[in-house]
Amino acid sequence: MFILDIVSSLLLIAGVFFGLSGAIGLFKFPDFFTRVHAASVTDSIAAILIIGGLLLQTSFDLNTAKLFFILLFLMLTSPTASHALAKSARHGGLLTLAETNKDKQEQTH
Amino acid sequence: MNLILDYYNYWIVVFLMMTGFYIVISANNLVKKIVGLNIFQTSVFMLYISMGKVTGGTAPIVVEGVTQYSNPLPHVLILTAIVVGVATTAVGLSLIVRIKRAYGTVEENEFENKDDAI
Amino acid sequence: MAEFIDLVLLAMLALTALRVIFLKDLFAVVMLFGIYSFLSALIFVNLDAVDVAFTEASVGAGISTVLMLVTLALTGRTEKENKRSTVLPLLVVTVTGAALIYGTLDMPPFGDPNNPIHQHVAPRYIEESPKEVGLPNMVTSVLASYRGFDTLGETVVVFSAAIGVIALLGVRRREDLAAEESGFLTHHVLRVVAKMLIPLIILFALYVQFHGDFGPGGGFQAGVIAAAAFILYALVFGLPQAFSVVGAKFLQLMASFGVLLYASVGLYSMFKGGQFLDYSKLAADPVAGQHYGIIIIELGVGITVFAVMLSIFYAFGSQVERSNVK
Repeated sequence: MFILDIVSSLLLIAGVFFGLSGAIGLFKFPDFFTRVHAASVTDSIAAILIIGGLLLQTSFDLNTAKLFFILLFLMLTSPTASHALAKSARHGGLLTLAETNKDKQEQTH
Repeated sequence: MNLILDYYNYWIVVFLMMTGFYIVISANNLVKKIVGLNIFQTSVFMLYISMGKVTGGTAPIVVEGVTQYSNPLPHVLILTAIVVGVATTAVGLSLIVRIKRAYGTVEENEFENKDDAI
Repeated sequence: MAEFIDLVLLAMLALTALRVIFLKDLFAVVMLFGIYSFLSALIFVNLDAVDVAFTEASVGAGISTVLMLVTLALTGRTEKENKRSTVLPLLVVTVTGAALIYGTLDMPPFGDPNNPIHQHVAPRYIEESPKEVGLPNMVTSVLASYRGFDTLGETVVVFSAAIGVIALLGVRRREDLAAEESGFLTHHVLRVVAKMLIPLIILFALYVQFHGDFGPGGGFQAGVIAAAAFILYALVFGLPQAFSVVGAKFLQLMASFGVLLYASVGLYSMFKGGQFLDYSKLAADPVAGQHYGIIIIELGVGITVFAVMLSIFYAFGSQVERSNVK
């Protein structure tokens, strides 16, 4: 039991770290695509780690199954959401920061 | 500190209510007015649910060995109110769509001017 | 600990609401409103109102946000600069707010078990409902049995809202819609994942519908979740496709069927010698009768809410299709 507690708290701490870094990235990153990347870190790895940590805290009953389904659902939906967001932005004509800079340089030359 | 903890929820409710009220009376765009109305509405829900909370109680679902439950009555009232709220919001939004079709704008002062012109 | 979470979440809620005032981009305003709804659902969980939180998360953050986004697609996404003075509204709001804050000081303290609200009706529900109705979830007992008449009225309000929306916007028939497929044709990932998820969402809605007697859930939440599955289908595969799966006429029939099912349970209990919506008369054993009654009326509520939410979305969606054709 003691070892399970340690593993679970390590997973939770790692999850919180990734969640926090995703949030900071969302504020600090320069353009849309890098920001989506930061947000999807929170969606995917942070959620997986936190739910993994919580799974170890249950006594392997109905709650374990429920958490497992939530995990499965998140692993399906959040990458899809990030993908759809980025793809729609691309189709809408949004450029990455590098491309915008290149365009500017070509215009000035 | 005790005074703050005792009334904090109610103060936030009043703040949210006034924010919603301000948006409703000052915004010019009708969609934003509806958002303000919804903020106002949610603050009322928050007031009811805050009153139903009992410190040390749990959710009102019978569990072995628990004697202190929070008050289920406000929960029932608010549960139905939320669904009715979205239904009325939908009617409001469809009125906005009709206004857009009729006047070509959803800014309050613009379609009022058009009304005056007729 | 619960108090601390309460403090932080309520402060975040206040900041979100405050931000809505200053934003001119309505798309961001609607997104903030979705965040606002999710935050309030979290606060409801923290205040022990799990059923309410469930409803707020599915209705407020789900359906309301989708409907507002569809409206924005029709009316434009920026608010124009507004030259009116803000002094008068600010004054009105400050005075009203100050009066209300003064009023809160007379409120009984938050969470005290001796507050007047906890002294009168609630103790009877908490002590007697598990014996009289036999369900562990007191919210369902009160909603469907003790206050069944009230819930019938609310179902009728939801139904009449659908009538209002359809009267205002109308529903296109399938033939009137553009023949070519709409929706996200190029988003293959989205289409595949949506196809995988939609059956699961409907399954979850059924679970919420029939497990509502024992845990959080019930007809209102289940109806909204099932409607969300079909709205997802309509968004990804286009409205004409969705129309051929569930037609608008069929939905109107379903909406009225749900209300009728609810009301006919009431009439049936009158025939059996009880009062309107007195489920104890439905079976020889009063507690079993309560069970039958609650399952049937929750089904009626679920069907009506599902049909109403989807009809409302269809009505808005066909307006968007119409403006795309022009």
